[in-house]
Amino acid sequence: MNMIVCVKQVVDPETPAAAFKIDPEAKRAVASKDRPLVISPFDEQAVEAALRVKDAQGGKVTILSLGGESAKDVVKHSMAMGADAGVLLTDPAFDDSDSFATAAVLAEAIKKIGEYDIVFCGRQEADWDAGQVGSGIAELLGIPSVTPIKKIEIKDGKAVVERVVEDGYEVIEVSLPVLVTVSNELGEPRYATLKGIMAAAKKQLINWSSQDIGAVPAKSKMLKLFIPVHEARCEFIEGETPEEAGVNLAVRLREAKLL
Amino acid sequence: MAENKGVLIVGELSDGKLASITAELLGIGRKLADDLDEGLSAVFIGNGITDVAGEAITLGADKVYVIDDPLFKDYVTDSYVGALEKLSNDQAPEILLLGQTSMGRDLAPRLAFRLGTAVTLDCVDLVLDPDTKLLQKSKPVYGGNAMAVYVSEEGRPQMATIRPKAMEPLEQDVSRKGEVIPFDPALDESAVRARVVEKVKEEVVGIKLEDADVVICGGRGIGSAEAFEQLKELAKILNGAVGATRPPCDSGWVPAHLQVGLTGKLVSPTLYIGIALSGSSQHQAGMSGSKNIVAINKDPEANIFGIAHYGVVGDYKKLLPAFLEKCKELLSG
Repeated sequence: MNMIVCVKQVVDPETPAAAFKIDPEAKRAVASKDRPLVISPFDEQAVEAALRVKDAQGGKVTILSLGGESAKDVVKHSMAMGADAGVLLTDPAFDDSDSFATAAVLAEAIKKIGEYDIVFCGRQEADWDAGQVGSGIAELLGIPSVTPIKKIEIKDGKAVVERVVEDGYEVIEVSLPVLVTVSNELGEPRYATLKGIMAAAKKQLINWSSQDIGAVPAKSKMLKLFIPVHEARCEFIEGETPEEAGVNLAVRLREAKLL
Repeated sequence: MAENKGVLIVGELSDGKLASITAELLGIGRKLADDLDEGLSAVFIGNGITDVAGEAITLGADKVYVIDDPLFKDYVTDSYVGALEKLSNDQAPEILLLGQTSMGRDLAPRLAFRLGTAVTLDCVDLVLDPDTKLLQKSKPVYGGNAMAVYVSEEGRPQMATIRPKAMEPLEQDVSRKGEVIPFDPALDESAVRARVVEKVKEEVVGIKLEDADVVICGGRGIGSAEAFEQLKELAKILNGAVGATRPPCDSGWVPAHLQVGLTGKLVSPTLYIGIALSGSSQHQAGMSGSKNIVAINKDPEANIFGIAHYGVVGDYKKLLPAFLEKCKELLSG
């Protein structure tokens, strides 16, 4: 099984809202010491999904990331988890990529990597939450896609996946090659082992630029980016003891006709 | 691309009835069509579609296309994208809208790439720029921490999916007239590469989270599956439903389908009570539309207090039993 996982480096989405800052001119979030760059969490689960298929029946997992030089960290992180190879796409020409341009560049890179049975992406990036790069890659490669999934197994040359829907999940059988996007219902990703970290450190990444795979203009334009303002309005209910505060809360909610 | 005209919305059924998101799409679709001074169409895809077409007309549609064939019994990406590709090329709408649902979030991006246009998913506001006639699409980004506004200057149709409960439906008007048109996309069945083998519904005990008037949510601080029992008891007393933030779901304390947030359920009850949860933006994206928000947390700096109407700072383990007993007493009296 040849598998490719697309991963993205983002500003840590666990950043508390109060510490979150944007650069309205550049129209993006600002990273800092308190807000480090990490692998987008759903993408880490996509790596986990690929490694589970590899555990079950062997195969090769290649990590693919589009980003700045620093994105090599998330490729190495994925390799330390157990992936076999890494490809990094870096070029100033990719900087203003929207979902369309990103999917187009990733699809070209996947074609250049060559052999693949399953392409994995996270269900949505933790920065733009666009949720469309996976489907876009599949469309450009002309392969089927199932989004978002929580389980994947290979049976009789086909993929059997569990697609997350509002009231449960659907079991879907789909031909290979296929692209899937992975949701958090998959479960926790594995930790990198010391052995994995050392093995990953020794491996060379493949670096491609727009000269190798071309670049594509964006189709969407962002007019503005802003942080909505919430008015603080909280009425705090107090009490001598926590128990009393609990009673007072019930009384207050009753007064407000909410109970 | 001056020939593109009108607004097309993709309808959905829920248990055979017109889904609430579809009524909301018709509401915003009607407004945008009026702003363009053009028509509003809807399309329903499925097998054995009941009389939702007429209902869609009473909710604002001028034309309703019905694509009804055994091929469309289940939602499968290939067949639905293929059908809508044909209809969109045939009708050339200026604006094409879908719901941000299990179907819409899978269908919309694939369709946009097929049509060679751009789409913005999970929009909470849509405005037509009076000068340029460009659709300005607002959507939460960075897990709800910020809002971005997008336009598509060239790609047509201009596409978006709409977050449930973000738009108001119109009042039903039974005197409205419209046209119901069967549409045959003449799809080649061999182009459909996936099939639904089984649909597994996760059991819902009591009231559905999305429909509940009272929602009790627990966070990481609840601590265990057992401790969630107390939240369930409170939900029972208040005739509500229990939800959770992501950590309790990921830890297996509660089933994943109880997750409230950006990638889980969206709720907007009359009364929301958040217990031992910090109020991450990821979670807020799923509940900030609640009409009355109550927060119980031992950390006075927790983000949830920033959007709460009523707050108590304290250990829920001590607070909640007293609160629960008082609620019981007040409600029985």
